[in-house]
Amino acid sequence: MKIDVGYVSELARLELSAEEKALFQPQLESIVGYVEKVSSVDVEGVEPMMHGRAIVNAFREDEVRPSLPREEALSNAPKRVGDEFLLPKIVEGAES
Amino acid sequence: MSELYKLGIAEAREGLEKGDFTSEDIVRSVIGRYREKNADIGAYVTFDEEGALELARANLKAVPIAVKDLINVRGQPCTCGSKILEGYVSPYDATVISNMKANGFIPCGRVNMDEFAMGSSTENSALAVTRNPYDLTRVPGGSSGGSAAAVGGDMCIAALGTDTGGSIRQPASFCNCVGIKPSYGRVSRYGVTAFASSLDQVGPMTKSVRDSAILLKALAGHDRMDGTTPDEPVPDYERVIEGATMKGVKIGLPKEYFNVSGLDSEVKRITDEAVAKCVAAGAEIREVSLPHTEYAMAVYYIIAPAEASANLARFDGVRYGHRSDKSVDVYSLYTKSRAEGFGPEVKRRIIMGTYVLSSGYYDAYYGRAQKVRTLIKRDFDEVFRDVDVLLTPCAPTPAFKLGELQDPLTMYLNDLYTIPSALAGVCAASVPAGFTAGTNLPVGVQFICGGFEESRLLSVCKSFEEINS
Repeated sequence: MKIDVGYVSELARLELSAEEKALFQPQLESIVGYVEKVSSVDVEGVEPMMHGRAIVNAFREDEVRPSLPREEALSNAPKRVGDEFLLPKIVEGAES
Repeated sequence: MSELYKLGIAEAREGLEKGDFTSEDIVRSVIGRYREKNADIGAYVTFDEEGALELARANLKAVPIAVKDLINVRGQPCTCGSKILEGYVSPYDATVISNMKANGFIPCGRVNMDEFAMGSSTENSALAVTRNPYDLTRVPGGSSGGSAAAVGGDMCIAALGTDTGGSIRQPASFCNCVGIKPSYGRVSRYGVTAFASSLDQVGPMTKSVRDSAILLKALAGHDRMDGTTPDEPVPDYERVIEGATMKGVKIGLPKEYFNVSGLDSEVKRITDEAVAKCVAAGAEIREVSLPHTEYAMAVYYIIAPAEASANLARFDGVRYGHRSDKSVDVYSLYTKSRAEGFGPEVKRRIIMGTYVLSSGYYDAYYGRAQKVRTLIKRDFDEVFRDVDVLLTPCAPTPAFKLGELQDPLTMYLNDLYTIPSALAGVCAASVPAGFTAGTNLPVGVQFICGGFEESRLLSVCKSFEEINS
């Protein structure tokens, strides 16, 4: 097995059903098998290309500018309380 | 006045300037066409008719443009073809939208796409089925399939698409439009939902090359909100392409693009005829080689999913988008919200991307792919020392049937001709070239130029359009 879809889906924080795992396992095996082609290229001494265009240090002035108003930033929140996003309890023993 | 939807940008602008009609007249005509055709073609996912009319009344001489559903327009939905963004309303304009508004364009309707731009047929949209206006049993291509169907079906004046590995060019080829993938960095990505950040570009999809030149001029340029846009002047592309000629243009034919087993015979014939027409018009043809072409697909299907898996981590059910009501803690909030919100292709790519970035595999896949990408880019640098432009097929086949391609890897191979130039960050275009015998489906050819060589690219496209008409 080249790729353990169940394990990787946990890393990706993405729950898969049993049917999805059964479907994706062979599909992803074949995709991983295909991309292994890159291992046959001689890349000795070649620099990695990390972006679409080589730009170094795109500086701008560090100045205060208006940002999205709080109310608008919260307007798409699935759940909110006051000026905050509401989440399930994270810390054991804390009030939720 | 009832058929204003048939106009392109240049004609619309001319009529607006002469006072023959107003922006509102055009929008009304487009709305009429939308109501008549959308049940069949399905190009649009949402159309805020009142909002579009209001914008038109406030901008009497603006040309309306259909917008791919991953570009943020303040006050409008932005679903990215995904259930995970159902109900989302953009709180701000993408830079391309503010640039359009500042240059005589207004957004008008939102067009369908493969979920998060992952796909080549628009069949991965979770929201609607889009059909090819030239044959309703076939796909419009993808991922900008809604944009292409809207332009090809005369359901808009022009549209915005995005291209990561071919998502403007392949649907443009399938639906008989002009589609430009600008050089990486030419157009701001701010406010455009990210798929693969080192590849994504917004570009025009239009009824003519001149229209693409006009719209690209409005979109392009430095943006302080996108650090990958250099402060290089934007030429007046419309003026640049005036009097464009094929005479003396050195066209390279990359041999790796023509000796491909999956190349459809009609696409081959139309491409060969395009070459012959260029020669007859005075172009010089040279066979050239891009030796690392055969690795481009593999490199792309490592890099693009890797970047996507990182970009799509923002869909966690916390600040926007779908939140599962079955979650009991933060972990299940993430895993279940994402499970319920994303469709199968997006899930596959997130897993693929997470895998190639995971500990123990990073160097073998992602690190190596980035180095091979350097070699692919060098191929292009090398070849553009000898020729001005490359001419290639755009997609290996004409539009295929809805449901015809089921295997993900087979679907991926559709982007064979468009991926290498995307990886290299150069500019490329699809221009209508002809129709297949029998099935009568549109086929485009691809022109590729070096980085920030849009003036040259558009000139060659304009000249080809003229000699091909």
